[in-house]
Amino acid sequence: MFRRLPEIETALNAAAEAVAFTIDGRPAKARAGDSVAAALLANGVTACRNTPVSGAARGPYCMMGICFDCLVTIDGTGNRQGCQVRVSPGMAVETQNGKREVER
Amino acid sequence: MSKFDFEIAVVGAGPAGLAAAALAASKGASVVLLDEQAEPGGQIYRAVTETPVRDRKVLGPDYWHGAELMGPLRDSGAAHWPGTTVWSVARPREDAADGHRPLQIGLSRNGAAAMLTVRHVILATGALERPFPIPGWTLPGVLGAGAAQVLLKTSGLVPSGATVMAGSGPLLWLLAWQYLQAGARIDAILDTTPKQNWRAALPLLPGFLRSPYLGKGMKLMLDVRRKLTVIGNVTALRAEGAIGGDSALKSVVYTRNGAEHRLPADTLLLHQGVIPNLNLANATGCAQRWDEQQRCWRPTTDAWGATSVEGVSLAGDGAGIGGARAAEEAGRLAALDALHRLGRIGREQRDQAAVPFRAALDRALTGRAFLDTLYTPAEAFRVPADDTIVCRCEEITAGAVREAVRMGCSGPNQAKSFLRCGMGPCQGRLCGPTVTEVIAVERGVSPAEVGYYRLRPPVKPITLAELAALPKTDADIDAVFKH
Repeated sequence: MFRRLPEIETALNAAAEAVAFTIDGRPAKARAGDSVAAALLANGVTACRNTPVSGAARGPYCMMGICFDCLVTIDGTGNRQGCQVRVSPGMAVETQNGKREVER
Repeated sequence: MSKFDFEIAVVGAGPAGLAAAALAASKGASVVLLDEQAEPGGQIYRAVTETPVRDRKVLGPDYWHGAELMGPLRDSGAAHWPGTTVWSVARPREDAADGHRPLQIGLSRNGAAAMLTVRHVILATGALERPFPIPGWTLPGVLGAGAAQVLLKTSGLVPSGATVMAGSGPLLWLLAWQYLQAGARIDAILDTTPKQNWRAALPLLPGFLRSPYLGKGMKLMLDVRRKLTVIGNVTALRAEGAIGGDSALKSVVYTRNGAEHRLPADTLLLHQGVIPNLNLANATGCAQRWDEQQRCWRPTTDAWGATSVEGVSLAGDGAGIGGARAAEEAGRLAALDALHRLGRIGREQRDQAAVPFRAALDRALTGRAFLDTLYTPAEAFRVPADDTIVCRCEEITAGAVREAVRMGCSGPNQAKSFLRCGMGPCQGRLCGPTVTEVIAVERGVSPAEVGYYRLRPPVKPITLAELAALPKTDADIDAVFKH
């Protein structure tokens, strides 16, 4: 579980910096400049997928693009590295179940 | 029209890459700085140009030094391509008619693949956190300390709820100190530094006493020890989820003086040092060797960072861990040598210009041997017990690797065909060093003899659509047609 530092949270609540997006269809809020993985953690989502091998839950681990544990579906495209993509207004982020699906 | 897109490509915009690109371009070379992140700085100076953490005392003066590298880059005229993933560096088979042998870089940018032709490549791919395989390290809620630091720098995020940090090494203490400055909660630090490391490190202490890091490091550790619960001599660790569930971390179990203790935890931050991020160098064909002191593989380089592959050099932690200030100087040395090889400066001019950089590099590396020795992780945390997952992607345990060795698997490359170990999307970054050491111990030989994964491009996954859209030469098309 992660939280914003208080002054950053205050600025976020006041300002136009806030980015509205969705996580599995639910409305969520992030800060402009957040990666998708950071935005998930900031919204209390620590597990972002189940593995294709055993179905175990996984969440972001390295935050620098090397571990591939933060894979999510972004705007309909599967297997995106959440930590390498910046969140943008209206973005639809979906947690991923197993492998990437054909055409997604 | 030049045959080359750029004379020099620098891969990675951390301290080494920033310094290399700025110096080479300021001497008139055409330079492109390719970087995966949206903003320059690498991991050590991540988000230094845009962090929301404005209170400078939180991240500390060493972090803010990174901002000083941006001006010279801007003024140098080097092209900077952020959001660019380099997935291969290779020399095409056929030589150009005039005898020039350019290098080709495969990259992805804005969702499209492209090839870039250059004369010299400086790899500044930096470091990654050494794998810390313990039971439960794959549970959501368990992250690297480096990952937590990225969350702080880029988004002003700190852990909430019960938080445990575990491991050893300077970064663990730095992050704890930064959390203290930021007012974040840490319930305990579990220090896994083996007691016996002190005996090995003490003879190296005189060197460390001259280190520029000594004063800063001591103050930081004393601050943390005074204000936080630090539990030393931890010899075993595991992360556990709820009973019968594996969806999230619930507690951390540690062993001290032979007894097990349990701490409730929502977040566990693991760290046991950093190692070179060598995937691109390895896939480019650069020779590498096992470093016994740092217990990791490092590409072989000369005093200028030149690798075994002509036209490819390495600068910074990607060539062996030396830290950010050493990386910066190594970047400048690699840039001078590249300028010399391209015929832009003479040998004497190169050597003359290198004098201050080499002196600064030596200063930055003073005392490194002491830190390397003191913070060598215990064998139990490098060579885990049978039930621990080592390959996170394919979910292969240390026990499965040992079983494969008993069936005749002699090294990491065979482990791929036995187990698919190391064949997931991370391409061995999170299991490679562990697999080497597990096999070495099981066979009773040195890690050097066991070897490492032979990596091949693309070193980052790219889509088939991206590959298919690449422009092709007649020779490329001919190569795949049956005649």
